[in-house]
Amino acid sequence: MKQLFFTLFVLLCALAVQAQGDAGQDPHAGLRAGGKIYVVLAVAVTILVGLLLYVIRLDRKITKLEKKL
Amino acid sequence: MRRHWWKILCIVLLLYNCIAGLLVKLPEVTAFETSNLYESMRNFFFHVPMWFSQFSLLTVSLVYSIKYLRNHTLVNDLNADEFARTGVLMGCLGLVTGMIWAKYTWGAWWSNDPKQTGAAIAVLIYFAYFVLRNSITDMDKRARVAAVYNIFAYFLYIPLIFILPRMVESLHPGGKGAEGNPGLGGDSLEPAMRAIFWPGVLGWTLLGVWISTLRFRVRILEEKQQQQVA
Repeated sequence: MKQLFFTLFVLLCALAVQAQGDAGQDPHAGLRAGGKIYVVLAVAVTILVGLLLYVIRLDRKITKLEKKL
Repeated sequence: MRRHWWKILCIVLLLYNCIAGLLVKLPEVTAFETSNLYESMRNFFFHVPMWFSQFSLLTVSLVYSIKYLRNHTLVNDLNADEFARTGVLMGCLGLVTGMIWAKYTWGAWWSNDPKQTGAAIAVLIYFAYFVLRNSITDMDKRARVAAVYNIFAYFLYIPLIFILPRMVESLHPGGKGAEGNPGLGGDSLEPAMRAIFWPGVLGWTLLGVWISTLRFRVRILEEKQQQQVA
């Protein structure tokens, strides 16, 4: 699980760095295309993935407790 | 892992719903030319599944309540309670998202529209279910009274959500007479939008079921712990 979070973190950092690199270039390329809708997409998917990971962790925690009791 | 297939399906469907819902090309006529929806039409993929999800969860809760009355087990009672809880959560999210959407298409957060009022009353009726439950300390009595009330609440919820708003004029699509937004009525929904909407409904419903089962398992753990202490 920790590895997964780490991978996601690195991926997000890479995305951020890439976005920095794009600055000053074509304003309609990459995540900036289509009126920056892809930025909204990135935000919404990040929230959704975050919540889902939270639920998965909760599920595992409860499974562990069930085995103990 | 085999027992968890539906959780994986839920995650896949929700990601698909979210990504496709934001990227799909909207029908030009209904979204931009004949209505004031514009890009907010995409709310359809997120706001409406809340209500479908609520409907499914409350129906599951009703089934457990009926099962409880036939067979008095704690499992049935706790399941009815937790499914109703998640269902009401989905209803509140549906109301709030509906209000945000209404502000920018109907002009006000709350216009006392039959659909809005009906949905709000339905949520309040379910709040009373939780109040009633928690006001009775005797476990058997609580479960029995709650089960009966839950059945009663469900059959008030159905007309308030599905029937009454359709019998009067409403700003909300699906009302009688002039519709506020012609865009989202049955026929004008494009196949591409349907292909995102229905998987979304299933995905959000599965998430609701998942959360309900988690809460149910915690309740069972609590019961076991209490028995060990006693």
